[in-house]
Amino acid sequence: MTRPLLEIRGVETFYGHNQALHGVDLDVREGEIVTMIGANGAGKSTLMMTICGVNKATRGSIHFDGKPIHLIPPHEIIRLGISLSPEGRRIFPRMTVFENLQLGTAAIGPAHFDEDVQKIFALFPILERRQSQRAGTLSGGEQQMLAIGRALMGRPRLLLLDEPSLGLAPLIARQIFDTLRELNKSQGLTVFLVEQNANHALKLAAKGHVLVNGRITLSGTGEELLTHPDVKAAYLGGGAH
Amino acid sequence: MTQSHNDRSQDFGQALPGIIKRSLFTVAIAAIIFVPTLLLRTQASQATNTLFILYRWEFFAIGCAFILLWRVIYEIRAWQNAHGPRKVSARPQAQENRFAPYVGPVLLIAAILMPFMPFTDRYILDIGILIITYVMLGWGLQIVVGLAGLLDLGYVAFYAVGAYSYALLAEHFGFGFWICLPLAGVFAATWGVILGFPVLRLRGDYLAIVTLAFGEIIRVVLLNWRDFTGGSNGLSNIPRPSFFGIPFSQGPDGFAATFGLEFSSLQRMGFLYFLILALALLTFYISSRLRKLPMGRAWEALREDEIACRSLGLNTINTKLSAFAIGAMFGGFAGSFFAAKQAFISPESFNFMESATILAIVVLGGMSSQLGVVFSSIAMVGGIEALRQLQFLKAIFGNDFDPSSLRLLFFGLAMVIVMLWRPRGFVSSRVPTVFFREKKSVGSSMISQGRG
Repeated sequence: MTRPLLEIRGVETFYGHNQALHGVDLDVREGEIVTMIGANGAGKSTLMMTICGVNKATRGSIHFDGKPIHLIPPHEIIRLGISLSPEGRRIFPRMTVFENLQLGTAAIGPAHFDEDVQKIFALFPILERRQSQRAGTLSGGEQQMLAIGRALMGRPRLLLLDEPSLGLAPLIARQIFDTLRELNKSQGLTVFLVEQNANHALKLAAKGHVLVNGRITLSGTGEELLTHPDVKAAYLGGGAH
Repeated sequence: MTQSHNDRSQDFGQALPGIIKRSLFTVAIAAIIFVPTLLLRTQASQATNTLFILYRWEFFAIGCAFILLWRVIYEIRAWQNAHGPRKVSARPQAQENRFAPYVGPVLLIAAILMPFMPFTDRYILDIGILIITYVMLGWGLQIVVGLAGLLDLGYVAFYAVGAYSYALLAEHFGFGFWICLPLAGVFAATWGVILGFPVLRLRGDYLAIVTLAFGEIIRVVLLNWRDFTGGSNGLSNIPRPSFFGIPFSQGPDGFAATFGLEFSSLQRMGFLYFLILALALLTFYISSRLRKLPMGRAWEALREDEIACRSLGLNTINTKLSAFAIGAMFGGFAGSFFAAKQAFISPESFNFMESATILAIVVLGGMSSQLGVVFSSIAMVGGIEALRQLQFLKAIFGNDFDPSSLRLLFFGLAMVIVMLWRPRGFVSSRVPTVFFREKKSVGSSMISQGRG
């Protein structure tokens, strides 16, 4: 088997003296959707930020497409083809939707801008209608679409999504997950998704991992985890038979 | 309609006793405060060598009347807000004044014509130069504070670096103004980067404290490094700028003789005026171009959300340093102009008050509006000068009254009023720098710039 697109080995990340990740091992293969579920404070977002180089791994290694990326600054990592849609969306509220999308090309430069922005508008037609509106005036779902669109503007080979369903109505969340499935099918986009909404995420993903207190405690296919009693008890709310 | 109108006046009739009661209560409290502050004043009598109390009823009455007026207006507005017809919140686009696009050009034409007006004398030219200098400094600081969102309380340091680099280069190497101007910009930008590096990880209050300290450090160094900077004596005999090599002197090589004019010291003033106007316009041009380039948008994004910037792969180090460097560069240009105009500089001119004034100009004008900076400079600098002209107040308050002594009071009052009514500055709307489709004529050119 070929080497995975993203290869995480024994990653440990600290905030000061507090250890957030205790040796995480994880593979994401090209064309896969991989999800990681976990409770608040399990270290999900820390892992995302560590992949992007915003937080630095104290120990362990992260390889992207065979290249070690745990030692290089974020803007160089992003340029290699990783995009992050961060937790809480973090769009630029006082700038327009269009400007937000333009900032998505910060790492790769605007060479494909026109072409890519049309793709984003085709994917999320609402963004085209809202393009000259300030991003802060969008609804939560629209903001999440913008955050994903902005991440896609960086032409990622690997899209990292940090809790895209956070604070969204179930219907909107489903719409976003459907879009992700569609992107994965039609364009072969590799997605690594971190979620608390275990049900949605595990249905979408080929592979899933459960993160507890900075350690991966369970791994398996999405279906396996959906039916696993521990996962059911802890994350799907259906534990008590 | 009339029915509801009657209802409203009845409502107001019911509210009136409360309004009167609260207003009188406010005045009573104000009066208590005003007794020691406005009414009573101790004065030493030279003749009898005793202290006696001066009753200043006129100050007291004006203070109380002012408070009463303010409270009544406040009450009426509050009543209107509660009972008046509900205001439909207009969309910002709809509010946009249709004269807005002409304000800038009209101001520019006025600025160009001003020196040729018959009423223009040395004093007015001087104020004009001062205002435009502050406009330029405001535009420079706006890049750092307004666009990149890095609160810089030590901007005057770069102004000082620019001024001293011209003065020292002229003194030691005999360089002229036109060589020193770009060099001053380069030096100031270098200092901007030097300041930028240690504060890369700081934001908000912490950044403000460090920049404040930086401004003071530069001033204290200038004050104490006597053999290099002249210490508190400053540097004098700084050469004046020439008209591209032709000096403004009375001799046969002078400006007046060369152009067949009668010699007048106003010619030099006029030249300085146009020089600073040109420098300010250069600042305007460069900073408004930068806004539309990816660099400017990166600054704004940095102001909005630094984590998001980093996760998008924006090089935040370069972005911050470039904001500091470019902002500082304009400060340096303005500084070398200041040195050239004054022919004398000392650390006194670069104290914290200057930084505060420039920052106030940017904040009052609206953090991201270039036109707002012009208005607030005129209001702040021109307004303070205008206070000197209020000599007629002496007729009311007696000959000892010096209106310009009240300038800090007005300064504070103006700031409070602006922050109450226009909390985001005079011109608060942010104009997007790129469009797509909807404004096609603008859009296509902007997008191609974006690729630059």
